[in-house]
Amino acid sequence: MSQATESTYYVPHLAKWPIVGSVGLTLAAVGGALYLNGDTGPWLLYAGLAVIVYMMFGWFGEVIAESEGGMYNQRVDTSFRMGMIWFIFSEVMFFAVFFGALFYARMFSVPWLGGEGTGYATGALLWQGYEGVWPTNGPANLGGEFETIPAFGLPLINTLILLTSGLTVTLAHHALKKSNRRALVGWLLATVVLGFTFVYLQATEYIEAYHELNLTLGSGIYGSTFFMLTGFHGLHVTLGAIMLLVIAIRAMRGHFTPEHHFAFEAVAWYWHFVDVVWLALFIFVYIL
Amino acid sequence: MSHATTHEHDHHDEKPKGFVKRWLLTTNHKDIGTLYLIFALIMFFIGGAMALIIRLELFQPGLQFVQPDFFNQLTTVHALAMIFGAVMPAFVGLANWMIPMMIGAPDMALPRMNNWSFWIMPFAFAILLSTFFMDGGAPAAGWTMYPPLVLQGGKNVAFMVFAIHLMGISSIMGAINIIATVLNMRAPGMDFLKMPLFVWTWLITAFLLIAVMPVLAGAVTMILTDHYFGTSFFNAAGGGDPVLYQHIFWFFGHPEVYILILPAFGVISEIIPAFARKPLFGYTAMVYATASIAFLSFIVWAHHMFTVGMPLGGELFFMYATMLIAIPTGVKIFNWVSTMWQGAMTFEAPMLWAIAFVVLFTIGGFSGIMLAIAPADFQYHDTYFVVAHFHYVLVTGAVFAIIAAVYYWLPKWTGHMYDEKLAKWHFWLSVISVNVLFFPQHFLGLAGMPRRIPDYATQFVEFNMISSIGAFVFGFSQLLFVYLVWKTAKGGEKASSRVWKGAKGLEWTVPSPAPHHTFQDNAPVNDADLAHGSAH
Amino acid sequence: MTTHRIRSAFYFLIFLMAVWLPAAQAELALNLSEGVTEFSRDVYQLHMIVLWICVAIGVVVFGAMIYSIAKHRKSKGNKPAQFSHSTKAEVIWTIIPIIILIVMAFPATRVLIKMEDPKDMDMTIKITGYQWKWRYDYLDEGFGFLSTLDRKSNLARQPDSGIDPETVPNYLLDVDNPLVVPVNTKIRFLLTADDVIHSWWVPALGWKRDAIPGFINQAWTEILKPGVYRGQCAELCGKDHGFMPVVVKAVSKEEYRQWVAQMKGEQVQQAKMDQKTWSKADLMAKGQEIFETQCASCHQKNGQGMPPAFPSLVDSATVKGSLEGLIHTVKFGRPGTAMSAFGNILTDSDLAAVVTYVRNAFGQRDDTVQPQDVAAVTQS
Repeated sequence: MSQATESTYYVPHLAKWPIVGSVGLTLAAVGGALYLNGDTGPWLLYAGLAVIVYMMFGWFGEVIAESEGGMYNQRVDTSFRMGMIWFIFSEVMFFAVFFGALFYARMFSVPWLGGEGTGYATGALLWQGYEGVWPTNGPANLGGEFETIPAFGLPLINTLILLTSGLTVTLAHHALKKSNRRALVGWLLATVVLGFTFVYLQATEYIEAYHELNLTLGSGIYGSTFFMLTGFHGLHVTLGAIMLLVIAIRAMRGHFTPEHHFAFEAVAWYWHFVDVVWLALFIFVYIL
Repeated sequence: MSHATTHEHDHHDEKPKGFVKRWLLTTNHKDIGTLYLIFALIMFFIGGAMALIIRLELFQPGLQFVQPDFFNQLTTVHALAMIFGAVMPAFVGLANWMIPMMIGAPDMALPRMNNWSFWIMPFAFAILLSTFFMDGGAPAAGWTMYPPLVLQGGKNVAFMVFAIHLMGISSIMGAINIIATVLNMRAPGMDFLKMPLFVWTWLITAFLLIAVMPVLAGAVTMILTDHYFGTSFFNAAGGGDPVLYQHIFWFFGHPEVYILILPAFGVISEIIPAFARKPLFGYTAMVYATASIAFLSFIVWAHHMFTVGMPLGGELFFMYATMLIAIPTGVKIFNWVSTMWQGAMTFEAPMLWAIAFVVLFTIGGFSGIMLAIAPADFQYHDTYFVVAHFHYVLVTGAVFAIIAAVYYWLPKWTGHMYDEKLAKWHFWLSVISVNVLFFPQHFLGLAGMPRRIPDYATQFVEFNMISSIGAFVFGFSQLLFVYLVWKTAKGGEKASSRVWKGAKGLEWTVPSPAPHHTFQDNAPVNDADLAHGSAH
Repeated sequence: MTTHRIRSAFYFLIFLMAVWLPAAQAELALNLSEGVTEFSRDVYQLHMIVLWICVAIGVVVFGAMIYSIAKHRKSKGNKPAQFSHSTKAEVIWTIIPIIILIVMAFPATRVLIKMEDPKDMDMTIKITGYQWKWRYDYLDEGFGFLSTLDRKSNLARQPDSGIDPETVPNYLLDVDNPLVVPVNTKIRFLLTADDVIHSWWVPALGWKRDAIPGFINQAWTEILKPGVYRGQCAELCGKDHGFMPVVVKAVSKEEYRQWVAQMKGEQVQQAKMDQKTWSKADLMAKGQEIFETQCASCHQKNGQGMPPAFPSLVDSATVKGSLEGLIHTVKFGRPGTAMSAFGNILTDSDLAAVVTYVRNAFGQRDDTVQPQDVAAVTQS
């Protein structure tokens, strides 16, 4: 890296990808809304998502080329790091909402509906005979009787898988720092495989929930919180695994140096975040 | 302080030619700031037009102009347009223009993402506004979108939710950019406790944005799934609770209120010292007060819902916590007055708007203290008293600060002085009419008029009429502002680099108009140029 | 410059006078009502205390500011001082507000605790909010009724009605059946809603409380003075949120006892209505009346509705389809839409009448529905 670039903060010019992204987001939003309302098929939604994927390839491609071309100095790197950290923080807040809903339902609304505490009139006058015990699909028994997924079956296996994947991605990082590219690629691919295995097992769990246990999105507040929390988490695992795959491909192509590998670290942070969310899920959704 | 014209490479100072290259593909913080400000102005007039239709209908009792359902659509979208479309983007526009200039940075930290933050907004609002032309119309459950009412919205639910998701993405990216810029892009010597207060307040605002915009996204996502996927978050029959939504919404909503007002505090803290020719009183206290307000904003949310029937302990906690906010806010107001004290004041347009801000925002603060008293809120809640309160803090607060900021920095942006005489007309017309518009609404609320009603009992006739007259004068006065800004952009008396004699800060060390690229990075800062360089 | 300023101030004064003189003459309500309960009077006191504290602070702060603006201006040749902080001042104006806030917090806490302590109640009334009416159930007496916007107001409030609201007594604040309660009696209110959140508010009682579907909120009152007290729904609840007033008629205990006896008599009558077999003409007449008070705000008088939220009934599949289906829709509502379950609100004979009316007037089907037919349809 030359002295000149070291002192100059790289300011790109004529960025075309943002506007492509905006068009993609808009197509996806409008397409999604039309599809949900039953006005059209999902094609506009898919088109929007395709544009977003195209934008990501283009945008990240440009950034990677600039990065590999040595145009980023330490300060640019710091900006990227801050961006990623605060993006993950915003994701934490998003999950916090759904955890908040879960705690509220368990601590307040369900006991009140069952006539506990200040809800005694609610229970006595509106919902006679409702116990208000978790897990519940509510006093109206929405969606019919259901069973829950036992924590110490598949969810425990999934916990072990994710914890292991946190370890493998750290091993990959160590390999990268020691310039051991074979080990780097190997551990990264192992992490990707573990990630997709997790997603696969989640999918089988969902199928079992719907077909065997009668546990659905419509199973009252339990079904709502269960599927929204695990669903958004699963979505994040999928995205994280794809990101890891991209990093693995880049590693195979010889990207990253032991000193400069922000993209690797960003994805690793993201992966750890997904991991921690799962631990909270395992405790509050499955065990308790 | 060295600035661009002497150091930058030539091609950096050339503005890209052609509309697409200049505006659509731009990564320049000044151009993006301009885009934000123009967008905000457009939304201000769209939202304002809705407000005028509302006031027209309320001019006299009975239904003359609109159907009740359309009235509800107007109140809903008026608020969404003003909050997310006008005030927030206006402050982001000011941040884009000023923060890099104030801290000696070459641009925002993440310029490409900066472009994206802006260019999501017009699309998001196109989606939201398009619902007016759909079967069933626009969302009509109020900007707070309370279920179960909002779930009756039919087809607009999905459009509304996705539009809000897009606005959230835009805000979060904008906030990340500001944080990275302030933390990472300061010129050497620009220590944290030398930063202008506008930068400080925006830094804190950006943290609030990142913390709460995802919360709003989560809340509206639950509305989406309750409406389309059969979930029961807000349905008691399934074990959920409509009040759960209100808790989540206001956990977002209260910090949101400070997102709208903290940058305004920053603007006022820049302007008053400049025109009092005296350093800001209690700079560090101002910084700590801002941070305290931000912290408190997370633990007061349920004061918006004293009437939902919370347990007594909750009501007491939220009442006390809310009252506490008066303390740091009071510190700010006392410090502004102390800054004016024994200064050598002149009263150009920015100062007039700033003084009006201090007085009228304080009036909004007083009604805020009254609303904090839970048992009294059982009377005030959801009446025009609340409408008066939040318009005092948002119109004569946030909007006045934005206008003050535009007058203050317009010469720096355009290189021309604005027409002071016309600006005075604009000020006096606005400040009188805005009080005619909102002050009587206090009386209406106390006398028992609920908010969000298209028609009212006959004892409310007089004040509604007065309020509507004020609304029309205030609304049309703003056309003067547009003319004034347009005229200044086109030409006028050349502005010097310092523009205001008492003004301090790096932005006044560069020529007016500021060059397209202001600073070379790592150029050291001279303490004497700063408002808070070595004074403390 | 100065003359300009004086001129502005002068115009402002003229303007203020123009605004305030007629206002003062009309004796407009400017302030909170003191109300007719102990709680409302406490709240009024609290309101006045906080208001005057705010005014006092305002006088001090704005006074200092105005003095400074008048004196410390460059045009008077004032040289700017250069002080920029004073720890003493900062501490003082942190401590004093804290003390003021504590002074406010004490009475506020006392009043709040009293409000949230519904002990030793003499009677209980359940209030249910519907789009857009209230239902009052006297739980101790075993009867209840609906309370909707008065007919005169309802006619006048229609767009282009041509009726001047000023000529309608208690425009938008009158109902067909007010809530009748005895004075000097502690009344517990249990509030809930059937569709969306409403809020029950009578300023003279000193409070409002949200009526939330699926939950019951509590509040209480003891009215000290006989009279008619008016209020409105205070939580946005859809299209006709502005048109669901609350009217409370507080009467002496003796009058209240008579009224209860009369209501119980009517209830016996009502039961007979549900037993007898009706003629078609009677059903149609009664049905039209009910349709216009209960249904027309959404489906419109001519049945055309306001699609898509409020579908047209004219030749609609539901109206023309199976009779059981139609009765089911009216009786149990359509979950997830604005169509509420009228079985909770209307008696079987009322339902029979309105279904007969809708069936004949909009469905062009010559059918007669009897109360017994309505009773036979159960929730599926």
